[in-house]
Amino acid sequence: MHAPVVTTGRDLRLDLFRGIALWLIFLDHIPSNVVSWITIRNYGFSDATEIFIFISGYTAAFVYGRAMRERGFVVSGARILRRAWQIYVAHIFLFAIYMAEISYVATSFDNPLYAEEMNILDFLKQPDMTIVQALLLKFKPVNMDILPLYIILLLLFPPILWLLQRWPTLALGASFALYVLAWQFGWNLPAYPDGTWYFNPFAWQLLFVFGAWCAIGGAKRLAPILQSPVTMAIAILYLGFAFVIALSWHLPEQTSIVPHWLEDLIYPIDKTNLDVLRFAHFLALAVLTVRFVPRTWPMLNAWILYPAILCGQHSLEIFCLGVFLAFAGHFALVEISGAFWMQVVISLSGIVAMIATAALVTWYKELEGRSPGSRSKPPDADLAGGEA
Amino acid sequence: MRAFIAVVLAAAAVAGQAFAVDPPSCAVPDNLLFVDNTLNKVTTAVGKQHQLAISVFGTGSSTLAGAEGPSLAYPARLEAALNQRLSKVTVRVTSRTKNGLTADGMRRTIKDMLLDDRPNLVIWQTGTVDAIRRVELDEFRAALEDGVETLQAAGTDVMLMNMQYSPRTESMISVGPYVDEMRAVAQQRDIPLFDRFAIMRYWSDEGAFDFYAAGKDNGLARRVHDCLGRAIGALVIEDGHLQPFVNKATQ
Repeated sequence: MHAPVVTTGRDLRLDLFRGIALWLIFLDHIPSNVVSWITIRNYGFSDATEIFIFISGYTAAFVYGRAMRERGFVVSGARILRRAWQIYVAHIFLFAIYMAEISYVATSFDNPLYAEEMNILDFLKQPDMTIVQALLLKFKPVNMDILPLYIILLLLFPPILWLLQRWPTLALGASFALYVLAWQFGWNLPAYPDGTWYFNPFAWQLLFVFGAWCAIGGAKRLAPILQSPVTMAIAILYLGFAFVIALSWHLPEQTSIVPHWLEDLIYPIDKTNLDVLRFAHFLALAVLTVRFVPRTWPMLNAWILYPAILCGQHSLEIFCLGVFLAFAGHFALVEISGAFWMQVVISLSGIVAMIATAALVTWYKELEGRSPGSRSKPPDADLAGGEA
Repeated sequence: MRAFIAVVLAAAAVAGQAFAVDPPSCAVPDNLLFVDNTLNKVTTAVGKQHQLAISVFGTGSSTLAGAEGPSLAYPARLEAALNQRLSKVTVRVTSRTKNGLTADGMRRTIKDMLLDDRPNLVIWQTGTVDAIRRVELDEFRAALEDGVETLQAAGTDVMLMNMQYSPRTESMISVGPYVDEMRAVAQQRDIPLFDRFAIMRYWSDEGAFDFYAAGKDNGLARRVHDCLGRAIGALVIEDGHLQPFVNKATQ
């Protein structure tokens, strides 16, 4: 047996940045929210989704990779599939809440100005079709696209992980090849009632597998490249470029700062298929992060970052809660007041609710983990307890 | 730079005319309305024939329900506004709306519409159905580009119009990506986009209208459509460079 390829003990940076990503996703999911101006999607190409998927791939490999080495393919594969099932159930639960909201709004809101919107939304009220399509993961309401992607990625993860542990470069190469082929041939899964998946699993798997590859020793191999000043310079230049382009989206008069040939070259920046520009933007952010936030960064143990770390450690619960809170928050903005202060209050109280829930989940897990006769768990049981 | 100088459209349009509804303050800042495009066919039609034929090609949000709905919806209000502001020019606005069509569905019927109307300008309102049905962005864009090409090849000017700002349904209908796509197509083809979404949002933020209101308030819908009609009229005049012609004609 070879020595463990990943260092033991939790890399708190993963929890920290996943927690922050969950907050940002929540803020972005509340429509017309002033506070969402602070989120990274306004300052470059990529957004919190990239961070979330990458870290999810990283932790999945970290947690289940050890299980696969210690207990074999079948056991770890079974655990991965159980995790996929949990996420599926969570997704359907969110869908039920969504249907409740939409039925209420479509019935109670009778403004003639919006007759068209309401008429077409009526198709959503046909439970015979929509519920079946939702169970098949074909019908995915707004803001509910990430979990189905995650489910597919986990379903396919056992063989990927197996390959990653034997021939990591080959696995990453295959993932990249699939990404290229999906772009080349326009592969995607069908959606209901029209179109295809908002997050194309054939494209987004690259980020997930790349995260897993990094966890299985890739990060160490990349270290010389990551530390080089040339890489740093390229990353900073690229982030600056993305920032200028992003600026042009928000200042209509200044659209002329981007020449036509450049527009033709970079647009459309395709989120569905994980545009290369987005992927590169995420990589550039990651390069800076790894450089300036070392694993041993003292602040990682500071109380001020603890809430984000806590949320990142229970990503499924907190992600689902965030989707629900975004619905509920928007509902409150519509029914009570959409004023500026209200948007700030909703945003802040949502994040507080996420932190409180994460603390509660930790407490529950401690109860279960510490009870006598429970199976022995590795020291970072919380992470291994399924927060992949 | 025409930065943030509000055009009080209301004053210009209602001047000297008794109008049933009280004009609300629905001024639109220049930077939301104008992007320096030109409508050559409009310029020619007005300059040479003193006539202007406009077709509104849209879905449900381009009309209002009820017997008098069509006469209160923005196409009719646009016709009224332009006829008022362009003396000695006969402006005719035809409205071709059909519920529930995506951009691609509309694209297929463009030819029929053109044969019937022979417009100088087509205002293509679309995107709402696509956003609700979550049509793939690539397909949406392809349909827009193809439709714009067909229209231009038939010798008309094209103006795109995007969705309504609908705060209540924002968590159910994600219009953002479709708004971006339409803006990109307009930019690349150098055609004007009437950014209904941004304009209505601006009105909402400024408190001109309460789009959150529930219930059968026909007054709100009428006032909004009247304001939309006048704002589109201002855009047609600006991009068609129409004011100078009118001035010359009256000298």
